[in-house]
Amino acid sequence: MSKELIRLVNCRMDFDGETVLDSINIYFNDSEFLTLLGPSGCGKTTTLRIIGGFLQPTSGDVFFDGVRINDVPPHKRRVNTVFQKYALFPHLNVYENIAFGLRIAKVPNKEIDERVTEMLEIVSLRGFEKRKPDQLSGGQQQRVAIARALVNRPKVLLLDEPLGALDLRLRKDMQNELKRIQQQLGITFIYVTHDQEEALAMSDTVVVMDKGRIQQIGTPEDIYNEPKNAFVADFIGESNILDGIMRADYVVEIFGRKFRCLDRGFEPNEPVDVVIRPEDVDIVPADSGHLCGTVTSVTFKGVHYDTIVDFKGFKWLIQTTDLHRPGEYIGIKLTPNDIHVMKKSAYSGMFGDYSSYSAEYDEINDPDAVIGGEETVEEALNNEE
Amino acid sequence: MKSKALASPYILWMVIFTIVPLAVVAYYAFTNSAGEFTLENLANAATYWPTFLRSVGYAIAACVICLIMGYPVAYVIAQTGASAQRILYLLVMLPMCMSFLLRTLAWVALLRDTGLINTFLGFFGVGPLPLIRNAGSVIMGMVYNYLPYMIMPLYTVIVKLDPRLIEAAQDLGCDSVQTFRRVILPLSLPGIVSGITMVFVPAVSTFYISQKLGSTSDVLIGDIVERQFKSAQNPYLGAAMSLLLMVIVFISIGLMNKFTGDEEVTTI
Ligand SMILES: Nc1ncnc2c1ncn2[C@@H]1O[C@H](COP(=O)(O)OP(=O)(O)OP(=O)(O)O)[C@@H](O)[C@H]1O
Ligand SMILES: [Mg+2]
Repeated sequence: MSKELIRLVNCRMDFDGETVLDSINIYFNDSEFLTLLGPSGCGKTTTLRIIGGFLQPTSGDVFFDGVRINDVPPHKRRVNTVFQKYALFPHLNVYENIAFGLRIAKVPNKEIDERVTEMLEIVSLRGFEKRKPDQLSGGQQQRVAIARALVNRPKVLLLDEPLGALDLRLRKDMQNELKRIQQQLGITFIYVTHDQEEALAMSDTVVVMDKGRIQQIGTPEDIYNEPKNAFVADFIGESNILDGIMRADYVVEIFGRKFRCLDRGFEPNEPVDVVIRPEDVDIVPADSGHLCGTVTSVTFKGVHYDTIVDFKGFKWLIQTTDLHRPGEYIGIKLTPNDIHVMKKSAYSGMFGDYSSYSAEYDEINDPDAVIGGEETVEEALNNEE
Repeated sequence: MKSKALASPYILWMVIFTIVPLAVVAYYAFTNSAGEFTLENLANAATYWPTFLRSVGYAIAACVICLIMGYPVAYVIAQTGASAQRILYLLVMLPMCMSFLLRTLAWVALLRDTGLINTFLGFFGVGPLPLIRNAGSVIMGMVYNYLPYMIMPLYTVIVKLDPRLIEAAQDLGCDSVQTFRRVILPLSLPGIVSGITMVFVPAVSTFYISQKLGSTSDVLIGDIVERQFKSAQNPYLGAAMSLLLMVIVFISIGLMNKFTGDEEVTTI
């Protein structure tokens, strides 16, 4: 389970002098389900293409089973890819598309037939064998692309947003199916998505990327519960990200009030980002709350209400199952478990406020404690690296 | 109704430039000088079958050579950068801006016994080599003249080839030869078919090239047709030959399309 299979060391990719990937260091374990997660344009596909052998990193090394493979061409790598845009062969029908890799590998016809038929079953495309790719819907094409790669039983499967074109229902089915196949065949999956829910649900390890850099690597729980910076906290799930000051180990000050927390190891009085997840906050009557504010809007979301509460101008998102009407004055309670403290980073101040007016945001910032000017941000950035 | 009205100019166009000439050819082919219906012209035309055969043979040879020479050229052009691509494409087209007759005459000047090449070789005591007035020089003349018609459609198809398909093939284990055979070649098949058609049709009916670059035993059907309309003053036989030639062309193209159509399914 934990044998290392692929490693990227200090990979950097430049296109026309523009750095698209920078200091990428990841290792991929055998039989692991690893997801690259990040917003559009952050370099996910580029990372996959480096692993697949379609791009050579501008600098840095790629290792497979301990051997440097920078110069190994794609057809000699024991890796198959489900391409983001499917790239099905338009001159071949569904059956021959799926059989393609097996025919190249000179697998006997009888076995080809068995394996292709089995794959068609798995991706629910029985009866579509004779269709050409342009006679299929986007979702069907996507499933052919998955089958075409998977049928080769590669050591590593690279999947570039393989479920992007599917509707929610089919997406969920395929997620389960892919996860099942991955576990059953013990294939290493390197999975790209920008859907955080999908990433959390399917992965053993999640790699969060932004702007060509890795922001955090961890288990889904780590990433969700212990985000390293404001970007990760905001990108994974909903977050209220507040400015705070670490007064001592296990004590953080927010809105001028000290709260007990589970974090330590900060400088005394170090400015920090504090993450509070909307679902962790308990709403209580105003007189018994740690902080009090006014409900400004409520949206029904099915399972819960998205309740926006104004605390001295800073708007929080709180998810509750009880309805609180706009205008209601309420209090909230926070336990140490609900509070997660992060070091300041380049992303500090960019996310987390649910108000529509940035003017309100300035109002609540305590000028002494929080806004440290350029230096603090840069310091924080250095600390990150 | 509306679409019919819009199409009418094109229909008129087709009637004037396609149907009418065909009708005229057919009329002459089936009448004699007295204006009576006859099959004699066709029967006479058929006696020229060795010439028909030679024309088809030379045209096939020219097609094959054009394909072998044209494919790499088209491929290279399609792979170069955008600006170089335009220049290379223009260079391929450039000879077509010059008169076909002039270019053929230029080859005569190059190849004949007292021509440029043999004169040059003469300085070294070689030759003169029989570079002209044989089957080879006729086919070469065809290749030279019709090569751009092969390159154009090939280029058009290859340049549109999705590079991701090539990556997909590599990903699935193809080396460069397999990638070419299993993906690039089948996908350029439409270009190959139209390239062959565009070379074969003018080559099989050509007349000037064989007169200038060939010997008397290289007479092609086009030459004989031309002769009927000019010196022999027998447009009836000429028309019958043209009609027969047209049938041959249609059959050839039909055969090729059927062949390549099947090919597509059975490639792998
Ligand atoms: N061949 C290329 N030439 C120049 N720039 C490129 C090239 N390929 C990618 N880029 C740039 O690299 C950056 C990362 O691209 P990449 O395709 O890896 O993003 P991504 O994370 O896969 O995004 P998405 O989720 O939209 O697919 C983008 O800014 C893109 O414009
Ligand atoms: Mg991408």
